[in-house]
Amino acid sequence: MPLPKEVLTAIRAMVVLTLVLGLAYPLAVTGVAQVVMPGKANGSFIKQDGKVVGSKLLGVAPTIDTGRKDADGNPITAPDPAFFQPRPSATGYATDTSFFSNRGPNSDTARQFYKDEIAAYLALNAKSNPGLKASTIPVDAVTTSASGVDPDISIANATIQARRVAAARGLDLSKVMALVSDHTHGRFVGVFGERGVNVPELNLALSNQKAA
Amino acid sequence: MAQGILQIACFCALIVAVVPLLGGHMARVFRGEHTLLDPVSGRLERGAYRVLGVDPTRQQDWKAYARAVLLFSAAGWLLLFVILRTQTLHPLNSGDFHSAPWDVTFNTVSSFVTNTNWQFYGGETTMTYVSQAVGLTVQNFVSAAVGIAVAVALVRAVANRRQDTRQDTPTDPNAGTIGNFWQDLTRAITHVLLPIAFIAALLLVGQGVLQTLGATAHGVARGPVASQEAIKELGTNGGGFFNVNSAHPFENPTAFSNLIELFLILVIPASLTATYGRMVGNRRQGWAIFGAMSLLFVISVAVVFAAERHGTPAQQLAGLVGGNLEGKELRNGTTMSSLFTAVTTVTSCGAVNSAFESLTGIGGLVPMANMAYGESVFGGVGTGLYTMLMYVLLAVFIGGLMVGRTPEFLGKKIEAREIKLVSLGVLATPLLVLLGSGVALATKYGAPSIYATGPQGFSETLYAYMSQANNNGSAFAGYTGFLQPNAGNLDSNGVTFADIVGGLVMLGGRFLPIIIVLAIAGSLTGKRVAPAGAGTLRTDTGTFGGLLIGVVVLIGALTFFPALLLGPVVQGLTTHLF
Repeated sequence: MPLPKEVLTAIRAMVVLTLVLGLAYPLAVTGVAQVVMPGKANGSFIKQDGKVVGSKLLGVAPTIDTGRKDADGNPITAPDPAFFQPRPSATGYATDTSFFSNRGPNSDTARQFYKDEIAAYLALNAKSNPGLKASTIPVDAVTTSASGVDPDISIANATIQARRVAAARGLDLSKVMALVSDHTHGRFVGVFGERGVNVPELNLALSNQKAA
Repeated sequence: MAQGILQIACFCALIVAVVPLLGGHMARVFRGEHTLLDPVSGRLERGAYRVLGVDPTRQQDWKAYARAVLLFSAAGWLLLFVILRTQTLHPLNSGDFHSAPWDVTFNTVSSFVTNTNWQFYGGETTMTYVSQAVGLTVQNFVSAAVGIAVAVALVRAVANRRQDTRQDTPTDPNAGTIGNFWQDLTRAITHVLLPIAFIAALLLVGQGVLQTLGATAHGVARGPVASQEAIKELGTNGGGFFNVNSAHPFENPTAFSNLIELFLILVIPASLTATYGRMVGNRRQGWAIFGAMSLLFVISVAVVFAAERHGTPAQQLAGLVGGNLEGKELRNGTTMSSLFTAVTTVTSCGAVNSAFESLTGIGGLVPMANMAYGESVFGGVGTGLYTMLMYVLLAVFIGGLMVGRTPEFLGKKIEAREIKLVSLGVLATPLLVLLGSGVALATKYGAPSIYATGPQGFSETLYAYMSQANNNGSAFAGYTGFLQPNAGNLDSNGVTFADIVGGLVMLGGRFLPIIIVLAIAGSLTGKRVAPAGAGTLRTDTGTFGGLLIGVVVLIGALTFFPALLLGPVVQGLTTHLF
């Protein structure tokens, strides 16, 4: 009877491999990671005055309370003009769940969405950027990121927003642009990926600036 | 534009440089030779044989090998089903997650055991850490190792030289054998997958990928991500820890992590061509296949790159100027998103760093075309090589007919039995695709899964069954099989039709070709080798590479062209909005 032995071998193999690959391997990686680079392994959290204010890797929109409430009684918020705004999010910048916008290339609702986003971006930035129009808005500023929490914006987008932020804070544009440039990352070894500006760290630097 | 081409060219150069190195290493591993990793890996390997009670030197014929594959996969299926259905009992379940419904679990389990990693669920709102690490990560390893084992068995059968067939008598204990599954499985894990995954996981943590057993903190979902991420790419699995997969900053935070992941996805499927060349004793055989694969790969990268840079009608009609960044992360941009799209669909990985549903029409056509080739252009780890070798046999047969000679492959006669098996093997997957999407579209059962209107809704359905049948796992993510009102699965429901049909399609798309490939191996292994002559059709030349490409493209086009016209092509040719 060769079959029962083969079945037994298969079960034994599955159990052994589960112990090695499902327990030993992840625990070994966790052990090394937690000892050598706990900050990164735990979520790259950034702190202000000892308090966690977010993660370096998660772009979340800074908002202000408008004082108004919606039909359900929830407060209506608006983008805070004194901070850099990350890219649009399909998830409301959720950090505990993630999903794509799934807007198709030939979708009429997608076109309407872009029109609305363009109007909102112009409402926020046109005053400090005279002449700004749909065709000169950087595409990243009005399209939904994949993760909903893209931490980066393009340098062009940051430059436009810097004028607004400087005006809102009464800071020199050069000072804001210096902060932007401090938080701009290049391509990996000068070749791979895209240049971008990290919004969470830039905003943290901005608010520290205010305190100073 | 130039910057984009430079990025893609540098990546390709990196792969070409590593193929002979890793390919050579794997040839040594599967010939049972000594390797540099033996001090650590060898100890693990011998320990495994002791516990399993197997004698790795005992050779198996194809039926015994196939039985071992099926029994091992069945054991894995049952274990994973039990793990996923008992989430309320798991430790480290700080979110009090319940189990997903039975039909979604059926789909998920079938998906991970078949190396598909199609996901109707979002990981961070559905799975406990135990399900992710002890359940899914393990299948990421073993389903990949099974694929490699089957490919190696076929190569061994092709390479097997028995010059004097008089020795090949029933008394020869190794007559008709193709290797030992338990040895191939074990060595694939201990000598290839585990060491690379361990190093890659730590590199990824260094970039910011999570690796913690700590619960959700400051409202941020966390978990042991890097250990799963590394093997998810290396084993061409593709199942994300997070719902948005490698687009999530905690799975793929930087340009460097993105490069690591791209490299991991492609490196084993590409290197296995070199392993093949070495095992059959002629490296040019491997390079010929690598060349044919590379050409189809480069074309697909170029098309999706150009399409995404061009932007979508919806964006242009809203007045925007620039490439398509909808559903893409800025750090990846159109270039690295396009490259990832091509890499993950020529291989049967299916991990994504952008939203496929938001690709341009032509951009979305590319992943579908790559799957229409039956995942033979690099393909999954192992599965790609054995699928391509079936196409090679077909090309040899057609080439033989053209020149009017008995077709021979590396000296072995290709006869009716092999060609019948190859035809079944090549047609099984497309049949599952077309039957699955046909039933879903023609009956009312497929409708609840569709999200978009117009041709996009058709594309979603076709993509779902192409991806599942080819064990890819990427998706036009609007397609639904799981309705989850709350994180943690309370009050959630599966879309039973989509879950069950999808699950069956994945199982069929995996195990039918495996059985057929092993049967081909069994029939080739004992064949007498005829010496090469002047009239032999050589399979290590550019001409043969061209013939091979022709066969692959022709079969894919004839099977899928009508269906592709109705979805992505329509959208790519019009600026009409739906």
